[in-house]
Amino acid sequence: MTLSRADEINRQARMRRWAAMAEPWLYLSPALIFIVVVLLVPLVIGICYSFYKFSAFRSEWAGLDQYRTLATDPVLYHSLYNTLWWTAGSLILQFFLGLGLALILNRAFFGRKLVQAVVFLPWAVPTFLTGLTWAWLFNPLIGPIPHVMYYLGIQKEAVTILASPDHAMWGPILANVWYGIPFFAITLLAARKSIPTELYEAASIDGATAWQQFTKVTLPFLAPTIAITVMLRTVWIATFADLIYVMTAGGPAGSTETIATYIYVSTFKTLDKGYASAIAVLLLFLLILYALVVIQMRRRLMRDM
Amino acid sequence: MVGKSAARRIIEGVGLYGAVALYVAFALFPIYWTVKISVTPQKLLYSEGIKLWPSRMTLENYSSVLAASDFPRYFLNSVVVSISTSLIVTVIASLAGYALSRFQFRGKVGVSLLLLLTQTFPLVMVIPPIFRIMGQLGLTDNLYGLIIIYTAFNIAFATFLMQSFFDGVPKDLEEAAMIDGCSRFVALRRIILPLTLPGMGATVAFVFTAAWSELLFALMLINSESQKTFSVGLLTFIGKFAVDWGQMMAASVLALIPVCLFFGFLQRYLVTGLTAGAVKG
Repeated sequence: MTLSRADEINRQARMRRWAAMAEPWLYLSPALIFIVVVLLVPLVIGICYSFYKFSAFRSEWAGLDQYRTLATDPVLYHSLYNTLWWTAGSLILQFFLGLGLALILNRAFFGRKLVQAVVFLPWAVPTFLTGLTWAWLFNPLIGPIPHVMYYLGIQKEAVTILASPDHAMWGPILANVWYGIPFFAITLLAARKSIPTELYEAASIDGATAWQQFTKVTLPFLAPTIAITVMLRTVWIATFADLIYVMTAGGPAGSTETIATYIYVSTFKTLDKGYASAIAVLLLFLLILYALVVIQMRRRLMRDM
Repeated sequence: MVGKSAARRIIEGVGLYGAVALYVAFALFPIYWTVKISVTPQKLLYSEGIKLWPSRMTLENYSSVLAASDFPRYFLNSVVVSISTSLIVTVIASLAGYALSRFQFRGKVGVSLLLLLTQTFPLVMVIPPIFRIMGQLGLTDNLYGLIIIYTAFNIAFATFLMQSFFDGVPKDLEEAAMIDGCSRFVALRRIILPLTLPGMGATVAFVFTAAWSELLFALMLINSESQKTFSVGLLTFIGKFAVDWGQMMAASVLALIPVCLFFGFLQRYLVTGLTAGAVKG
């Protein structure tokens, strides 16, 4: 009798331990199942494609041939440089303008609700449409931007910058900034709202200036959100080809060709699925490397807090 | 001292409203231009190119989009797909985000890395394999297939978002409830979830818009007219009517309406939120 009771207690303790171990996995399982089945399996298949050479009717094993071609592909290096430029330009502008907007919207002012509703609109516009609309705005026949720039003396003639190899990238970047500011504004505003007011009260009692409050209270609290959103956005922008494709299709003279548009062209135009996969694997590798660095930084940041 | 602070307040006010006005203009202008093109008669489109307001306006584009095209159908399909996706993702991501925020367990870093990895996939790389798998499962050419794919693609981001919202809710709250005898699940449902409602609202909004504007997968997977979503429908406009910009812009304006309504409705959750009572912003 006593023995079986001890056994029972033991069994219950084991069950509880087991349940405690299983609990997080229970919460995570729906997410993991979706990701493994719908994304991971196709990814592995996609990586396998990069070792095959596809032609119209058949595919044959190519080993590392595609990767060897990659190493000496001048278009690749050019688009790598353009990708950096496109990603950094879009991200920096989106982030700082979005942060500014979030801090403004956090303050009480007349008409704030209305402004809030309006400034989030660009995010809701489908990207395909965003590209079309901005291409319209840059068009010298029907769009106002070239005329405004001419009027302001930035340009000597009212022509579209989308046709100039030196400046064409600014077109998609501007469209992307327009589209992306609300993303940072919303996430950072929500994060800013979750900072307890007492911290600011305490800080101002201690005589902290507005700038000190911003750097000593706001920024550290926003840092984890900033790290994650910046990282995700970087990756999205780097792999994001729709806007560039709609506005310039990689031109003029390849000046807006990024790795992502290059993959599109290889997959759908030249139908070289194998080579496209090899480029994609390279991009994947670079992005994973970048993500790991940011994660490491975020972890150090969280530990210091 | 008093004068200085009053002057400063005026300068700050001017700066604030100036910045707000600039940004509102920047955000609205392209949308205004889309609306303008949609009400400009076809004949005047190029001759009045950069005029701020056309000399004559017409609703013709709208009536032909609504009455003489399949656009209402596409529209409804997009609503179904976007709402289903955003609700499913938010539930799944809330659970996963909670697990990542509150538990220490073996394999946690691995899970985060896996989620992150899914964000680094160049889309075009997985389209051909997904197309093949979906075909074998009989999920091509219907809305279920789209919902499944969109759900998978949005889970990682939504989970990170929810995780950061859970991180913002003090642990003491549920620990206190659990000491009072609640189970963890009850504490989660009664105490933590209401506090993260703004976060869930934001997640729903993000996923909804992502699903609403997705083009590539919808283009690859859907063939039949009755299953097309709005973004694919827009593309077929180009083919059918030899790029009728007026109609296309009219369709675009119509497509913006539900998203605007949706965002308007979620405003409350997005920012004012239910935390306002507990944590004054």
